[in-house]
Amino acid sequence: MNMPVAKSDISASIPSAPTSAVAKIVPLPLRQTAMNTRLRATFVKVVSAVLPPLIMTILLLTAWQLLCMRPGATLPTPTKIWTEAYDLIVDPFFVAGPQDIGLGWRVLVSLQRVAIGYGLAAVFGIALGTLIGQSVWAMRGLDPIFQVLRTISPLAWLPISLAAFRDSQPSAIFVIFITSVWPIIINTAVGIRNIPQDYRNVAAVLRLNHFEFFWKIMIPSAAPYIFTGLRIGIGLSWLAIVAAEMLTGGVGIGFFIWDAWNSSRLPDIFIALAYIGIVGFVLDRIVAGVASIVTRGTSAN
Amino acid sequence: MTSYCKIDHVDKIYTRGSTETCVLKDITLDIEKGEYVSIIGHSGCGKSTLLNIVAGLTDATTGGVILEGKHVDEPGPDRAVVFQNHSLLPWLTVYDNVRLAVDKVFGGKKSRAERDAWTLHNLNLTQMTHAKDKRPSEISGGMKQRVGLARALAMEPKILLLDEPFGALDALTRAHLQDTVMGLHQKLGNTVMMITHDVDEAVLLSDRIIMMTNGPAAQIGEVLTVPIARPRKRLELVTDPAFLKCRQRVLEFLYERHRFVEAA
Ligand SMILES: Nc1ncnc2c1ncn2[C@@H]1O[C@H](COP(=O)(O)OP(=O)(O)OP(=O)(O)O)[C@@H](O)[C@H]1O
Ligand SMILES: [Mg+2]
Repeated sequence: MNMPVAKSDISASIPSAPTSAVAKIVPLPLRQTAMNTRLRATFVKVVSAVLPPLIMTILLLTAWQLLCMRPGATLPTPTKIWTEAYDLIVDPFFVAGPQDIGLGWRVLVSLQRVAIGYGLAAVFGIALGTLIGQSVWAMRGLDPIFQVLRTISPLAWLPISLAAFRDSQPSAIFVIFITSVWPIIINTAVGIRNIPQDYRNVAAVLRLNHFEFFWKIMIPSAAPYIFTGLRIGIGLSWLAIVAAEMLTGGVGIGFFIWDAWNSSRLPDIFIALAYIGIVGFVLDRIVAGVASIVTRGTSAN
Repeated sequence: MTSYCKIDHVDKIYTRGSTETCVLKDITLDIEKGEYVSIIGHSGCGKSTLLNIVAGLTDATTGGVILEGKHVDEPGPDRAVVFQNHSLLPWLTVYDNVRLAVDKVFGGKKSRAERDAWTLHNLNLTQMTHAKDKRPSEISGGMKQRVGLARALAMEPKILLLDEPFGALDALTRAHLQDTVMGLHQKLGNTVMMITHDVDEAVLLSDRIIMMTNGPAAQIGEVLTVPIARPRKRLELVTDPAFLKCRQRVLEFLYERHRFVEAA
């Protein structure tokens, strides 16, 4: 983003360089206007990014308000949610008792679970994907199986996982793992398969050994694919959290929803949903951000 | 028997299912040390296949290649290749692309500082030092080929293999790179085998031009020695009778005796 602005700065100052004495006064106002236009540009950019979603949110909330104000409406209006769940909204990190804590704390507990399940899925998925991608036959044999397995909902894995682990904590982590691992395996394998012959030729001419080939060619070349898998995976593992936490009970955000439903606290559920949505969005942005740093240059061939 | 690089009765047959395609038939060629040899022929006749056999990237069906008395059976840095589509690793900078080759070839022989200096030296030879910290996606096609050339030179190959190195470039960039390659050949005395489509390029750069017949089962149709003294000057050559005669010979071969049959 800064590059073009910096460039125009340089080119603006170049013509003034050869001209002597008098020209020394010129750069100052020049640079100031440059600063001004830069500020204005950022301002316009921020406004154009923030304003439309803000307006849409207000419109949607208004529509919701109008729809649910009618007598006999089953869902609470936004204003009702605001008044009834006020404590949850204003302070995410309050502690009022062992089961009565802010949603911020609950999100952190859930994130910890996701971190373990997703972390395992990432390590295992990349490793297995790398192995499978090397063999045409493994790819042909396993790909259809993975394609079927990947469509199974996290909820459906629950009973199997409980039967296998007989304990709620590992079962919950397994559900997150099993939901998010497939796209990571599949995308990594495809990435390894798609290493261009050119890179293989370069490696062959240089006589890279297996280890060097893996680190210097395979992983960087497959990185954009791997990150596609990781990005789908983080979304899925966050999707699985509610299912996973139905098992574990305790203080996670998923269990909070289940608990609020059982004790008919409908407004609380809406707040929890907002939390889940925002955290999921942030997680996705983080993985996308890491991807764009790591794969810089690679995708723009 | 005593030649520097000998391509010895090479046949290449591709088998796909039950169909066999004979691409190269009985190719024999001796290349002297320091010689610049061009291979010219119509598209699809098997030029890349021949170059890949010398590089060791493809196996000959029968026959083989002997370089400095050693049989070629696998790729290696002593036969560095500059590929048509540059083949730089896009996640590495220009410097790191060359450095990867230098580290691999001279890892045990040169110190870290020497390898750094050697990398920069080769980038300097191809006039690419200014872009050493850029990534391949940030430089032009001609620059990419220069980096590919620097990488190949940095391996100190016994023979330098160029597969249509200027094919994808515009005429001006192409001329500029040809001059660079010609200068480097003069200066370093490399043995070069280059594939080209371009008649002028072949005459300008080569000591000998190998003209290949059309496939399938392409053979060496004619070998032309270019009797023009080096250093050669592009502008002077345009009116040089020897140059015009060579050009004439190649054009006749390509467009009269071995017209490209599939061309529309
Ligand atoms: N792996 C392969 N399997 C089967 N046939 C192949 C294979 N590689 C190349 N060929 C065939 O061999 C012939 C020669 O190919 P090659 O790439 O060597 O031609 P070329 O002279 O380099 O062409 P161009 O000038 O277009 O680069 C072509 O007809 C091609 O279809
Ligand atoms: Mg070719």
